[in-house]
Amino acid sequence: MHFNLPLFPEQASTIAGQVDAFYLFLVLVTTFFSLLIALLILFFIIRYRRRPDQEAEQIHGSTLLEIVWTAIPLGITLCIFVWGAVLYYKIENPPGNALEIYGVGKQWMWKFQHPGGQREINTLHVPTGRPVKVTLISQDVIHDFFVPAFRVKQDVLPNRYVYSWFEATTPGSYHLFCSQYCGTNHSAMVGQVIAMKPEDYAEWLASGKAEGSLSSMGEKLFQEFGCTTCHRPDSGARGPNLQGLYGRPVRLSDTRVVVADDNYIRESILNPNAKIVQGFQPIMPTFQGVVSEEGLIQITEYIKHMGTQESEPINNRTTPTQLRDNEVPMIQQELQQGGQPAPSGKKP
Amino acid sequence: MSTATTAIKPVMPARHYLNDNYGIRSWLLTKDHKRIAILYLVSITFFFFMGGLFAALIRLELLTPAGDLFTSDTYNKLFSMHGINMVFFFLVPSIPATLGNFVLPMMLGAKDLAFPKINLLSWYIYMFAAFFSLATMVSGGVDTGWTFYTPLSSGFLRTHVALMAVGVIFAGFSSIFTGLNFIVTVHRMRAPGLTWGRLPLFVWSNYATSLIMVLATPVLAITLILLAMERTFHIGVFDPRYGGDPVLFQHMFWFYSHPAVYIMILPGMGVISELVTCFSRKRVFGYSFVAFSSIAIAVFGFLVWAHHMFVAGISQYSAMVFSLLSMAVAIPSAVKIFNWTATMYKGSISLDTPMLYALGFMGLFTIGGLTGVMLAALGMDVHLHDTYFVIAHFHYVMVGGMVSAYLGGLHFWWPKITGRMYPEAVAKLAAIITFIGFNLTFFPQFILGYLGMPRRYHAYPPEFQVLNVLSSAGASVLAVAFILPAIYFLWSLKYGPIAGDNPWQATGLEWQTSSPPPTHNFHEVPVVTTEPYHYGSDQEVTVVH
Repeated sequence: MHFNLPLFPEQASTIAGQVDAFYLFLVLVTTFFSLLIALLILFFIIRYRRRPDQEAEQIHGSTLLEIVWTAIPLGITLCIFVWGAVLYYKIENPPGNALEIYGVGKQWMWKFQHPGGQREINTLHVPTGRPVKVTLISQDVIHDFFVPAFRVKQDVLPNRYVYSWFEATTPGSYHLFCSQYCGTNHSAMVGQVIAMKPEDYAEWLASGKAEGSLSSMGEKLFQEFGCTTCHRPDSGARGPNLQGLYGRPVRLSDTRVVVADDNYIRESILNPNAKIVQGFQPIMPTFQGVVSEEGLIQITEYIKHMGTQESEPINNRTTPTQLRDNEVPMIQQELQQGGQPAPSGKKP
Repeated sequence: MSTATTAIKPVMPARHYLNDNYGIRSWLLTKDHKRIAILYLVSITFFFFMGGLFAALIRLELLTPAGDLFTSDTYNKLFSMHGINMVFFFLVPSIPATLGNFVLPMMLGAKDLAFPKINLLSWYIYMFAAFFSLATMVSGGVDTGWTFYTPLSSGFLRTHVALMAVGVIFAGFSSIFTGLNFIVTVHRMRAPGLTWGRLPLFVWSNYATSLIMVLATPVLAITLILLAMERTFHIGVFDPRYGGDPVLFQHMFWFYSHPAVYIMILPGMGVISELVTCFSRKRVFGYSFVAFSSIAIAVFGFLVWAHHMFVAGISQYSAMVFSLLSMAVAIPSAVKIFNWTATMYKGSISLDTPMLYALGFMGLFTIGGLTGVMLAALGMDVHLHDTYFVIAHFHYVMVGGMVSAYLGGLHFWWPKITGRMYPEAVAKLAAIITFIGFNLTFFPQFILGYLGMPRRYHAYPPEFQVLNVLSSAGASVLAVAFILPAIYFLWSLKYGPIAGDNPWQATGLEWQTSSPPPTHNFHEVPVVTTEPYHYGSDQEVTVVH
């Protein structure tokens, strides 16, 4: 048995110290009020213990006191709310320059993929001193990505990408727990996050066996599944051109405008009819059960790297797969006015 | 026992609800709220000890870091059955269906609840639900956790989830019936002169509870029916493989289960208001604030459910709204604690067993409530969510708070229910052991949680062992504390001293009739002319027999 009894887990991320500071404040508030009540009770049961010669003094109440002990807790809890919300905003929103790593949870293991194609199971190597954004998805039930030393936690859902980010500060090996109950071996769905100095991390990446980068693996799948048959930048294409698609708004056949993010791309592969791009027919077959979660991540990564369209969409069928940024406010205005935007593409 | 015992030795009344009729039929077909309360008392005590047994086995397994006593599947079933039994078959019905059933009509000066047959039906539905729960256990149990999260429960577990869901749905119906009965009774059957401003606070809190029971419980039934249909017919509501959304289940589940937390704690708060006033010989401080805080808790309780889901993938802005609203629900709870404390000021305080439990409640509920504020704070909850900190928090509210209030109330009204006193010295000892055992069990879990030990873990890293051993040691102390009352209450049925009508010199209407009361509670309809808790020598008991 370990008889060393720490009260805090290790602080190994930039956010950990801030969470601990907030925790200390909350513990102080809790202790103060608990002690206040406990001491008052103790004092009263001694001072006003029942004696034969003394009767209770009847008091109705005091509106002033009621206001005081409503207002003070209200003020304190509002401060707690604001502090908590600000901290939450930091914890939830990764900075733009984060290193992107992908994780897939399944009963009962964690699988991670680095951009260079290195894969690992139940272990996650990360560099210190650089924000790391982990894009997570589950293959089956809900899991939860929890690294106590980093003070981050995120439920990992099936069918939807979620994100967790942290910036490790101290090299070391830290617990990775699944903290959402996920069936028989829930408590065995544990692993470790190994934080390394950037140079060690680079060395580790170099030594890892990789068949190629995620995007090159994605490209291979893209060819293999015949995606290029339809999704190509020429006039005969039956599917939207995907070049420069990632991160841009897309106009759908029902005139809605959505942003082409990871979840949109994933949905379009697995359930192509859910969101049809304006000007196209729902002819794409589903790839549900054909592509693994890892494969989906690789294809998405490939689409991300498919190059950018500088000025014009390369789609020379004049079908605006992607909207240019300056078009978006115009369309939104049209939608607000209730008018249908004029179809800007020919029917194929 | 109160020091003000009169010189005349109290005697049992010749006729009362217990000896009015004999035989099994007179119990199983009774429409007397007092007898139904006792039927409920026996039933929920059974489930309390069964849930307790599961808890004991959980704590036994967690003595060592390795999962060496049970298989993982068995362990998962143990914590699931512990939660399901304790929440749906003990905590939800505990105070309303037993003490509330027994005392509430008498506090109103009524002969019975408004719908005595529905009251009996509610017990039968409870027993029907209990049968399903037992059938599930006998046939191997469920391992969903008490929260039944999808898609695990709907598509991945092979245990009898649907059977258990049926049990929980029916348990819900029984509480809807109790709630309905209480609402109508409070509205329609108050004695002459018993205005809303003169209602005992126990009635106010049970009224608030009943509102939640009637409004929230149907959502639980809908959710679990959808779950059972998802399991059987793959209708595609919760399971993404069929086009559903697993997070939707959490919204629906917590829309009931968060208000359900207040179904569990509000009646306990009502008990505390009765106990603190009686044993301080004081009017309650700020009556209307305490009364309306119950209603405020019931209303706010409906608006905070997503604070169980801050890391579940909901939008950040909705998380902020729910965090803010969760802060709001802390205020009426704080108001109650402050008012009870102020009630004791300049009182004439005696530390009989019920008061010991009440004081335990005030201390432990304060900690439970404040740690709830910690969990409602967004940035904090990310780290604490689904760890032992949460377990410790809700056990401080549910066991430290609710069970203390339940035991306090049971001791307080025991002489009214049975006509006999329990042994005071042993009972005080049990109350103190409860307090010590409870803190030893659950305080270490706060630290465990902050260190990062996730809940529902069968095996855990060795560095968490010391705290787990402390917690298990506390659990064994707590077990003693809970078995003791079971023994001496039974003992007192035959050997307890005769209590007399009003052993605590309390003012409530229920004390103005004999102990045990006659079948129709009062020989004559009482007339109320004063506020509740009119303690003090200048005021006489104003009820005419």
